[in-house]
Amino acid sequence: MFDVLVIGAGHAGCEAATAAARRGASVGLVTFRAEDMGQMSCNPSIGGVGKGHLVRELDVFDGLMARAADRAAIHRRMLNRSKGPAVQGPRVQADRRLYREALANLVRESGVELTVCEALRIVLRNGRVEALETSVGRLPCKALVIATGTFLDARMFIGERILEGGRHGEKAASALGAQLREIGLGQGRLKTGTPPRLDGRTIDWARLERQPSDDERWTLSCLGAGIELPQLHCAIARTRDRTHAIIEANFARSPLFAGAIEGRGPRYCPSIEDKVKRFGGRDGHQIFLEPEGLDDALVYPNGISTSLPEDVQREFVRSIAGLERVKIARPGYAVEYEFVDPRRLANTLQVQEIEGLFLAGQINGTTGYEEAAAQGLVAGLNAAASALEMEPVRFDRRTSYIGVMVDDLTLQGVSEPYRMMTARAEYRLALRADNATTRLGQAALSAGAASPRRRRHIEEHLEKRASSDWSETQEARADALYAPYLQRQDREWEAVRRDSRVWLGNAFDYAAVPGLSNEMVERLSTARPDTLDQASRVAGVTPAALSALHVAACRAAV
Amino acid sequence: MSADTIFALSSGSPPAAISVIRVSGAEAHRAGIALAGSLPAARQASVRALRDRNGSLLDEALVLRFDAPASSTGEDLVELHCHGGRAVVAAVLEALAGVEGLRQAAPGEFTRRAFENGRIDLTEAEGLADLIEAETENQRRAALMMAEGGLRTQIERWQAHVLHLSARAEAAIDYVDEDSVDADPLLSRDCGALAKELSQWLERPRAEPLREGARIVIAGPPNAGKSSLLNAIAGYERAIVTDVPGTTRDHIEVALALSGVPIRLIDTAGLRDSDELVERIGVDRALKLVEVADVVVWLGESGDAPPHPQLIRVHARADIPDRGPAPAGSLAVSSLTGLGLNELTRAVSELARAILPVEGEIALNRRQADCIEQARDSLDAAGKACDVVIVAESLRQARAAFDRLTGRAGVEDLLDALFGRFCLGK
Repeated sequence: MFDVLVIGAGHAGCEAATAAARRGASVGLVTFRAEDMGQMSCNPSIGGVGKGHLVRELDVFDGLMARAADRAAIHRRMLNRSKGPAVQGPRVQADRRLYREALANLVRESGVELTVCEALRIVLRNGRVEALETSVGRLPCKALVIATGTFLDARMFIGERILEGGRHGEKAASALGAQLREIGLGQGRLKTGTPPRLDGRTIDWARLERQPSDDERWTLSCLGAGIELPQLHCAIARTRDRTHAIIEANFARSPLFAGAIEGRGPRYCPSIEDKVKRFGGRDGHQIFLEPEGLDDALVYPNGISTSLPEDVQREFVRSIAGLERVKIARPGYAVEYEFVDPRRLANTLQVQEIEGLFLAGQINGTTGYEEAAAQGLVAGLNAAASALEMEPVRFDRRTSYIGVMVDDLTLQGVSEPYRMMTARAEYRLALRADNATTRLGQAALSAGAASPRRRRHIEEHLEKRASSDWSETQEARADALYAPYLQRQDREWEAVRRDSRVWLGNAFDYAAVPGLSNEMVERLSTARPDTLDQASRVAGVTPAALSALHVAACRAAV
Repeated sequence: MSADTIFALSSGSPPAAISVIRVSGAEAHRAGIALAGSLPAARQASVRALRDRNGSLLDEALVLRFDAPASSTGEDLVELHCHGGRAVVAAVLEALAGVEGLRQAAPGEFTRRAFENGRIDLTEAEGLADLIEAETENQRRAALMMAEGGLRTQIERWQAHVLHLSARAEAAIDYVDEDSVDADPLLSRDCGALAKELSQWLERPRAEPLREGARIVIAGPPNAGKSSLLNAIAGYERAIVTDVPGTTRDHIEVALALSGVPIRLIDTAGLRDSDELVERIGVDRALKLVEVADVVVWLGESGDAPPHPQLIRVHARADIPDRGPAPAGSLAVSSLTGLGLNELTRAVSELARAILPVEGEIALNRRQADCIEQARDSLDAAGKACDVVIVAESLRQARAAFDRLTGRAGVEDLLDALFGRFCLGK
């Protein structure tokens, strides 16, 4: 009997399993293939603007991602360096193999028990999770985290070819997908894609613009050991008119435009055929050539994700200056997969109606390793809480990007893959990548999920803040820079707090509120906001509906 | 929600050709049937005989039925269009009061229900409140404009504009990689331009003078004839609506309409140095009233006139033989003979009209102007900031200010403001 069982050993699953273990739960981790643990199936980078913030927050709770990425980092860039400290985002290129190894080591050290098998069916009794049926038998558990990523009923598209499976060369979890639909959790399909992988030895690097790694020796984890590996440079290439002409001539062969793919892709990370269709050639689209590893010749051309047929991929890639003789090691492809409506989840990421069942990662409609990992943390901490009857750990959108993400997902739901952007955080000036320990240190200590080393670090940091030489630190200077704006936000927050005191709760009957349209009733009943403040963030809810809700709630309270 | 069913005479006081009585709430249909025997199909008018519970005929009336939520209040609703005689209306209202579960509506209660039930938004509710209180034609048109969502449409335009500016700032922050979409050079300029547009709106005449009347303060030394002038003007314009006696001993206020312009005519204590306490307080108040006046009518020596941009100098008591002719720039007036009164009221109403909203234009009330001012200040700051993060934050604040304006943000605060206005009484 496991306290917590986690399905999927990707970024969400590994964080969920180890977070639950840190809280003292006995944890089992179920995966198709052990060697895929911590696989970066898309681009070989961790962090960025918004995403880097998530990684730093995860790190405060002793999450794995920052430490693994530091160990595997072969290129570092602090994005937005010329802008204010609130939006500076650390990003590293990670050696794909070293990252996997680092993550696997961290999971192994955590005491999580790995089981290689296929998850077949969730066993429920009286509205709570009891066990998981797998290809190697029944595994009883008190709480279950589903972190299957894109593997639920996934299909891959390479031109006219359609394959079953959520990642190159791997199978799909269809049985589980069918059951989740049966439970009524399935919402629809989303799409994501990757570019072709290039053989770096066939790239004419000398003709490309070089992008060096940062000189400054920063790390993602505040317990980071510093730079150990040699640092490589990336390069920038550019599509040109001929590239666009080739792509345009083959629109009909793209499953995106031929109608084979129904799922919606991320607008902010479109495929190259989408870019050409929507924005035309412009003066060329940028391509970042990112090395996949120190001993790996593969190069990831960031910016040309595509599902065009292989021959078209080869032709258009070779039309790019510096890539005329390039060899494609593996074609790009699009993946279409099933996702669940995250509005069915509480802010602990537990399914509202099913005690002990948690969902984390891409299955909730997000995209990106960092978003997945951060949800893994939330689900893992709370699955342990559910199994061991501990306090749940909730994240607030005022103090963390994790809170912003969970709040957005569970109240607004998604209509396209959800990626973290700083624009999503109204308290952005307070949520910096450099003050994660200050913001979340106390919460991490209270959750009891911090290692002794982490605990010491948090305590020291919080003590240092109270000391006299604090004002000399970079963090204090950033605090001072934004102080007037933060004070103003505090006043705004007062209004929000008043609305948060208007309690709606899980059982609130929206249909009984006069004047709410059917659409409003449906939206609110699905998201089930706890408070009026949360209701104000449910997508599509109008001011008039909020007023009606406020009055109804106040009457109900009398 | 178990709100009472309410009824009220919704048209003006009888006698009139037709009086409209509305009943709203869960029991509205039952009450309608009790009086009319049966109700027509929803949203159709039909003639019915209205009878009291003893079966006596009250009136032949046009009866309309509306079903929740498709009614002006969002509740079940019945409208009785009766003949507008005092006795008829009184009898129908009495019969309704006799129906169990019904009660007379409190002021503004129909509007409140419409708002609570999501039928109208805050700016529209404010417009309706103004509409109900409107006393002059100009007030009525301005209120109607607001109630029909004129301001809302304008706000939506601004919101869309600010959102677009925000998107440009955010792109520079979150899309660092993409062809270095760095600082958008025109962003500051565009923020500044919108700030300027809002400033122009803020400079427009406000709704309050229209709703409450322009403040016309009669000031001058003691015994200059101020009180007689007030009486003369008030008496001259017979269409006085209300007389508001001074709340303090020292000034008297009369609300009236001069050529359709709503004004509050205020008589003040005579201005002079005094050692007597009560009189000194009176003089202080008079000076304050002069300060906040929209128009000052000055009855003293020309040279002693207080500095005020809208000042009319009056040579009062011009009928007294040894008064002499009016000095240049002063208007000779006699409250006794009516000499110059026409000219004076014309001058007053012209100056007052200038501070009132132009007919057909949206006028902002204080709350609305406050929100727009905050948005303007934020946009101003956005236009001046160097760091794009601060630009984005300032734009976010501008968006929040607009949200407060329509009721999107800070629901509690808004409802406080609204409920205060409607005197809803809990």
